[in-house]
Formats: sequence, structure tokens, C-alpha cells
Amino acid sequence: MKTEKLLFGLLILAAAIAAAVFFYKQSQDVSKKTMSTAEDTKVGFVYVGPIGDHGWTYQHNAGRLALEKSLGTKIKTSYVESVKEGPDSERVIQQLASSGHKVIFTTSFGFMNPTLKVAKKFPNVKFEHATGYKRDENVGTYSARFYEGRYIAGVIAGKVSKTNKIGYVASFPIPEVVRGINAFLLGARSVNPEMTISVVWVNSWYDPGKEGDAAKALIDQGADIISQHTDSPAPLQVAENRGVKGFGQASDMIKFAPKAQLSAIVNNWDNYYVERTKAAIDGSWKSQDVWYGLKEGMVKMAPYTNMPDDVQALAKKTEDAIRNGELHPFSGPIKDQTGKIVVEAGKVADAGMLLGMNFYVEGVQGSLPK
Amino acid sequence: MSQIFQFFPKFVLEPRLEVSGKWVILSPIIAIILTLFSGVIIFSLLGKDPFLALYTFFVQPLTTMFGITELLVKATPLVLIGVGLAIGFKANVWNIGAEGQFTMGAVFGGGTALLCQHTESILVLPLVLVLGTLGGLFWGAIPAFLKTRFNANEILTSLMLSYVAVLCLSYLVHGPWRDPAGFNFPESQIFSDYAMLPILIENSRLNLGTMFAILVVLVAWILMTRTIIGFQLRVVGLAPTAAQYAGFKQSGLIWLSFLISGGLAGLAGIAEVSGTIGQLLPSVSPGYGFTAIIVAFLGRLHPVGVLFAGLIMALSYIGGENAQIEIGLPAAVTGLFQGILLFFLLACDVLVRYRLSHRSVLASERRE
Amino acid sequence: MDALPVVLTIITASTPLLLAATGELVTEKAGVLNLGVEGMMLVGAIAAFATAVSTGSGLLAILVGAFSGVAVAAIFAILTLTFLANQVATGLALTIFGVGLSALIGSSFVGISLEPLPQLNVEFLSTIPILGELLFGHDVLVYLSFIMILLAGYFLSKTRPGLILRAVGESHDSAHALGYSVLTVRYLAVLFGGFMSGLAGSYLSLVYTPLWAENMTAGRGWIALALVVFGTWRAGRIAFGAYLFGAITILQLHVQGWGINIASQFMTMLPYIATVVVLVLISQDRTKIKMNAPQSIGKAFRPAK
Repeated sequence: MKTEKLLFGLLILAAAIAAAVFFYKQSQDVSKKTMSTAEDTKVGFVYVGPIGDHGWTYQHNAGRLALEKSLGTKIKTSYVESVKEGPDSERVIQQLASSGHKVIFTTSFGFMNPTLKVAKKFPNVKFEHATGYKRDENVGTYSARFYEGRYIAGVIAGKVSKTNKIGYVASFPIPEVVRGINAFLLGARSVNPEMTISVVWVNSWYDPGKEGDAAKALIDQGADIISQHTDSPAPLQVAENRGVKGFGQASDMIKFAPKAQLSAIVNNWDNYYVERTKAAIDGSWKSQDVWYGLKEGMVKMAPYTNMPDDVQALAKKTEDAIRNGELHPFSGPIKDQTGKIVVEAGKVADAGMLLGMNFYVEGVQGSLPK
Repeated sequence: MSQIFQFFPKFVLEPRLEVSGKWVILSPIIAIILTLFSGVIIFSLLGKDPFLALYTFFVQPLTTMFGITELLVKATPLVLIGVGLAIGFKANVWNIGAEGQFTMGAVFGGGTALLCQHTESILVLPLVLVLGTLGGLFWGAIPAFLKTRFNANEILTSLMLSYVAVLCLSYLVHGPWRDPAGFNFPESQIFSDYAMLPILIENSRLNLGTMFAILVVLVAWILMTRTIIGFQLRVVGLAPTAAQYAGFKQSGLIWLSFLISGGLAGLAGIAEVSGTIGQLLPSVSPGYGFTAIIVAFLGRLHPVGVLFAGLIMALSYIGGENAQIEIGLPAAVTGLFQGILLFFLLACDVLVRYRLSHRSVLASERRE
Repeated sequence: MDALPVVLTIITASTPLLLAATGELVTEKAGVLNLGVEGMMLVGAIAAFATAVSTGSGLLAILVGAFSGVAVAAIFAILTLTFLANQVATGLALTIFGVGLSALIGSSFVGISLEPLPQLNVEFLSTIPILGELLFGHDVLVYLSFIMILLAGYFLSKTRPGLILRAVGESHDSAHALGYSVLTVRYLAVLFGGFMSGLAGSYLSLVYTPLWAENMTAGRGWIALALVVFGTWRAGRIAFGAYLFGAITILQLHVQGWGINIASQFMTMLPYIATVVVLVLISQDRTKIKMNAPQSIGKAFRPAK
């Protein structure tokens, strides 16, 4: 008997809570409708990593915060973090679109096809996909010319290095990463033709321990400059510890390596997010393919530190030259590893070659998987 | 000293003679009440409207057709893998490498789809599905072989092989299987329509894969309760020594468990790529193989239980995404909350198998 | 190439694995399977990091990290030992919980840098060439990892409490019949597992890579779990496994650095494949393994009174 009563009580309790949750929502809906104004534009962000990764996603989230700060009450932003590339992303993008978001930024290459699929179903929503190459009426793409920063880093490395060897901690063999490696070495060889690069792939965007270990391995093999195309400051910390130099990635990491960081290639999405959201609000938004660099401020260099004045001056000069278009990092003659000329003297690499880059330039150790 | 860790010294848990039907229904209800209460506390502490948060988590996904179809899409791989794992776990075979078998299903099936990219035949899809299933089966067969032939513990081998499988897929998609028109980005071509599972409801992602999952639940149910193999599996799990006396060959059951769970994980993998994703990506699973282990146990290793557990688990993921969108709850909190939900579900499960008795009552019963 | 720095790198890479595996060894020997190592490590990592940042004390940070692991392990213990919840599922849920909890606490610690721990260097000894640096150039936790695995091995095989713990893991019913408190032993074993996982986490966020980032364990908890199985529940073999895994992980990075013509994915696979191969080689002796494997692992114990 006792248990019967207990059960009965529990069921009543469950029903009560369920009813509370349900009806509460109903009343909320009414008040919400009266509260929200027509000017509110909802902007959605889809992140591939956690906002606490201190790398790629962290910077995109910084862009979202800058957007909120700049447009204030005119907009409302929301985000979903750690969305895996694969089956989950399409649902998240569609959920954002169907819950009234007018602009949606999908911030990883793997979200390309899901973004396009959802965009077809929501012609009135503007989609912005980072680092992809497929567009549509309501899908624009944007990416940053990080290789410009890498080239400057290379120039600095070529001047600072004593062993003539650069250690490069890389994530996955995709064109973006390969382009970075090549730009780095081209920069280094422009001031010191003896420079070489050793690349270690950690097969992860994100594993601080392993990134650090890779940096140690490279230093042990004689590299005295460390650069990385992974997300954490770990390789730079190792450089600091071992007394060699390195570069920050995605954000200024000087706090992690006050004596070792020469500069950092900073991803800066702030202006772009503000600009595109404004365009969506005033109706001027059009699908476009944006590849911004130093000139537009999507790529920024952290202060040049821990180097002699003349190197600093050279770095600034290079940065200015790239910014005002006098210098293109991929200017010919460029030879690939086999010694074949891939970009002739007097020419620069075309957009297709840059986008799908799948070869190492002369001087990179190892080979790319074909 | 011995009393320290008995928090309720006046009560003991008495095993029930049989599973209590009443409590099978009631224990999840109690768990959910407890979860709701802790939800109210957590969300209030974080300065969020607790009722709105709970609504977004548990009710909102079910209020739209889109939400319901997505729930089924998300639950499908969990149920498919979970059922297979449950069969193995019943027999005390510890396959924790379903993630790898899932991935290999995607590799073999997806590879077939890429090979048949220009073949316009209705036979492509069955071929893709069969090869996908075989891929998972093959990857599951390795730990089974190493266990039966070399006595190598399957927990380690199956887990390690998962990493290997994921790296294999990564290699293929970053290298030989790249879309030739894709600027060397790590994605395969999009499969032709002949290799895609048919969509069940227009404008949704709900595909035939979900039907497979339901079918598998039914077949597994019959297998476990009505056939001699099911009986053997259960006996081996409950009483290995007795099983040996009864002449059941343990190695046979290890093979069987791994082939079933590997094959089903492979089927789940290929159903995911040819039903939901439509191409091969560097990573095709957001950890389904590991989540399915929870699903299997949450479902009490019973195929129908696994079905419900898969749905609950899927709901908690989708609810978590919605909570991020609607009320700005960080993913960290949704994870925390999901963990708490699972804790309560698992702890309340004890009431199905045990009865809470007052010690003094018990003592007086004994005397009688 | 100089071999010494390579060895030092291997030691750092292996230490977190060894620390966590030592804890799990004791837990499993008592008959409890806790798959939540990853979650406990993460909570330990953020707790230690937060303490180090706010107090500046390395020692305090290590303690807080370790005891945070204990606290999370206590949740597991209550659920599985008192409420008899399924151990495998609860362990996995603990990982989900730990990832979330650590990320929540850690959200205000992203992007903060930390000075490495003051190393426990014996100054004049570490100046002895090669041997000095190899033996005395490490931090507290590296020595602790060696001491703990030795102690755990000694405890389990040579002491009476260790014998009781093994008896509990072997057959809880017999142990109970002999008058031992199965519950107490298992609680302590699980909490010890949490302690060691917390230490392993502290090592990651204080020494290995002195920073906090979400999910920074990156699967090391799973490897630690696998190593206990690899070591067939024997301390010596677990230490061997941790160093084998660490060594191959590091060496493949070196091989890549030399510029080898093999896709990096295959190089990254090596430590996983190597552990499988070595396990196959050392598993031939069936009876011996059966002797070491705790027979009642993963099974719930309900004291029949």
C-alpha cells in the first residue's frame, strides 16, 4: 500500500512539473511577441570547436562579440559551438535558419555542403561560409590571406635563424596549410636562400600536448624557429622553454612566450562580421567571394618583438609592401620540390593555384601525400 | 569503518525475483523528475530562466516536424550500434571499438559508392550497403580473431583499432579519395543518387536508415528471446562456467558478438554517409560509437530498451543545441546537464532490479 | 642527433599516461571499471590550473587538482557502489560530465599563461653530464609517477591490504564472506583512481603544456585505460606500456621531421598499432593473464545482510 501511494505522489509531481514547463512556455511566448521588435536582426554563428580553444573558434567568437558591441541593440547573436563536421552541422544550420536568424556565419570548411543545402530551403536568409569555394544567391564565402602573414614571418625567420632550419608543426595536409608552409619558406628564402623547412603533421587541429611534442622533436633536429598551423600556444611555449624563437597563431600569444614570440599572425574577423551584418540589415547584401588580407585588416601582425631593429624594419617594410600591393608572396620564379618551375618569373600564382595548392616549394623537407 | 560508505544504514537493497514492470516505467520518471529539479537549480544559478531552459531542452525539439525527423536521424546510428553492442555485452564481450567499425562501414560503403559514381543502376545502393556492413564486420573481426587466436584483450584491441580506422579515413579523404574538382580540399565527391538511401519524408533528412534501425531492433529482440543462440549468449554472460559445462563454445560466441556488433556498426556508418551526409568527410562520426555504449546500457541491454535510450540520448543532444541557440547556454553547460541526466537515469535503474527495504523490517521478516 | 632530449621528451609524454593508469590499475584490481578517466583528468587539469593561477603555488595546485579528481570519482563511486548503477555507462557519463564541468570552470581561464612549476631540481646532481640531466632534470610529478607505480605494484602484490583489495576484485562474495568490507575497499580504490587521474590532469595543465584549453587531454584518458588492459593488470607491464606508447608517439614525430615519404596518418597510427601487436605477443600465456585479471570486474556488489 505504501508504495502505491508513493508512486501516485510521484506521478502527480511529474505531471505538475511537466505542466509547469509547458504552460510557462506558453505564457513566455505571448510576452516574447510583445517584447521583440521588428528591428531585431538575429545573427547566428556555427563553430567547429569550443569557444575556449584559444585558436580558430576563439577568434571567430571574438568577431561575434565585436559585432554585438558595434551594433548593440539592433541585433541579437547566438552561436552553437563544437559542432562536428558531418551529420550534425546541417541540423544546427537549419535550426538557426528556421528560428529566425537572418544572417548565419558557418565558420569551418566542412560546413560547406550543409550550408548550401540549408540555404536552398531558406532563400531569405543570408549565409556566409568561411574558407569554402561554393557559393549561391544567398551564400557568400569569405577567407583570409593568412599566407601574407606567413611570408612576413618567413622573412623574419630567414634573418633571425642561425641553423637555417625552420620547424613547422602542421595539422592536416589541406591547401590552406600547404600554402602557409610554402609562403613561409618563400619569405625565408627571399632573405636567406639556405633556409629549409621540416614539417611534422600531428593529424589534429587541437592537441596541445602533441603539438608541443612535435615542436620539441623539431628543435631537437636543429630547428631554431618554430611555426605552427594548429590551434594551441603549446609549440610557442616549447620554443620559449628551449630558448628558440617562434610565432603566434590566430591571436597574439606574447603572454605565452614573452621572450620567444617574434610576431603572430592574427585572425581578425571583427570588421567583416560587422560589415556583412550591416549590409544584410540595410538590404545591400549580395553573395560574394571575399579573400581579404593585410590590406583589409582580416590578417594582422602582432607587434614585432625579440628581434634586432634592422629585422624589425625589414618586417615592417615587407608588411607595407604586401599591404599596398607592391609585393605578392607567390611571385615567380617559384620552383616546386622537383625543381620544376611552377610560377614563371614576373608572374604571380593565380587564384586556382593558391586555392588548391597541393605541392611543396623547393626547400621543404618530406613530401605531400598525393 | 565499514559503515562509512553505507549512506543509508537503515535501508538495504533487496534483489527482486523478477524485473518489476511497474518500476521499468517509474524509474525513468523519477530520474527525469530529479533531473528537472537539478536543472532548475543549475540554470537558476547561471542566471537563465530555468523553465524556459527545460522547455527548450526537452519539449521544443518535439514541437516541429523538423525536430522530430532530426531526432530520428540522430537516434538511428545510436540505436543500430547500441543493439549490436548490447548483444555482445550480454555475452561479456567488450567491444568498445564501434567507433572504428562505424568508420570502416563508411569507408567500405562510401568507397563503393565512389567507384560506382557513374553506374546508373538500382543495384548500386544494395551493393554499397552490403559492402559498408562488411567493412564494419571486417573491422570487428580483427579483435575477435586476436582474442580467440592470441588471447589479446578485446577492450584494448578494439579501442586502438578505432583510432586506426579514423586515421585511415582521414588519409583517404585527404589523399586518394579527394574530389578531383574540389581544389584538393578534404572531401570526396558527392555520391550519385543511385548510392543514396531514399528519403522517407519530403524536405527532411529522415531516410531508410531509420527503418533499418527499427527492423534491427525487432530482429534482435526475437534473436535474444526466442532462439537458442540468444539463450547461449545470455547464459555465457550470466554464468560463464555453467556455459562451459553446457558445452557452449566461448570462442564461437566471441566471434558472433563481434560480427554482429561490427556489422551493425558498419551498417550504421554507411547509412549515415549514404543517407544523411551524402559524401565522405575526414570525420563522419561525432562519437556515435562511444555514445552507443551508454545507450546500450541505458537500454538495459534489451533491444527495445536500446531504442528508447537512443531516442533519449538523441533528444538530449538536439535539446542541447537548441538551448545554445535559444537561450545562449554554453555547450559546457549542456554537457554537464547531459551528464547529470545520465547519472540519474542510471542510478534510478537500480529500482527496477532491487527493492528498497527497511533493515528492521527485513530482520523481523527473517525471524518469522 | 642528441638522444638525451628525445628521452626527456618521451618521459614527459609518458608521465600523464602512467599516472592515470596507475590509479585505474588499483581501481580495476578492486573489481571496479571506471571509464571516466578522461573526465576526471580534465577536472583535475582545470582545478590545478585555476589554483596555480590564483595562488601561484605549484604544490597547492597539484593537491587541488588531485583532490578534484577524487571529488569527481566520488560521484562515480556513489552511483555505482551505493546505487549499483552500471559501471561502464556511468563511467562514460562521467566523462561527458567532466568535459562539461571543466569547460564551464575553465571559460575564464582561456588564454592565460602560467609559469612552469619550479622544478624539483637537485642542482649539483643535475650538472653531472648525461646521467645528471636524465635522472635529476625532472619535475616533481615525474618522480611521483615512478614512485606511485612502484608503490602500487608493491601494495598489490606484497601487502596485506593489497591482498584484501585483490580478493575483493577477484570475488566480492568470498571476500565479503571472509568479513572484509567490499564497499569500503572499492570506495577507497575508486577514490584513489580519481586522485591519480587528477594528478595526471594537473601534470597536463601545469607542466606538460602550462595552459588551459577545453578538452586538452585529447584522449589521453582513454589511452591510460587501454594501458591497464595492455599491462594485464601488472604494474611493471603498465609502466612498460606507458613508455612504449609515449616513445613511439615521439619517435614518429622525429621520423616525420627527417622528411620521410610516408603519409603522416600512417605515422600517427604507429603507437596504436604497436600496442596491439605487443599485446598479442605478450598475451599468449592464457592462464597467467587470467590469474591477473580481476574476475569480478564491472560487476555490482550488493552486500547480503
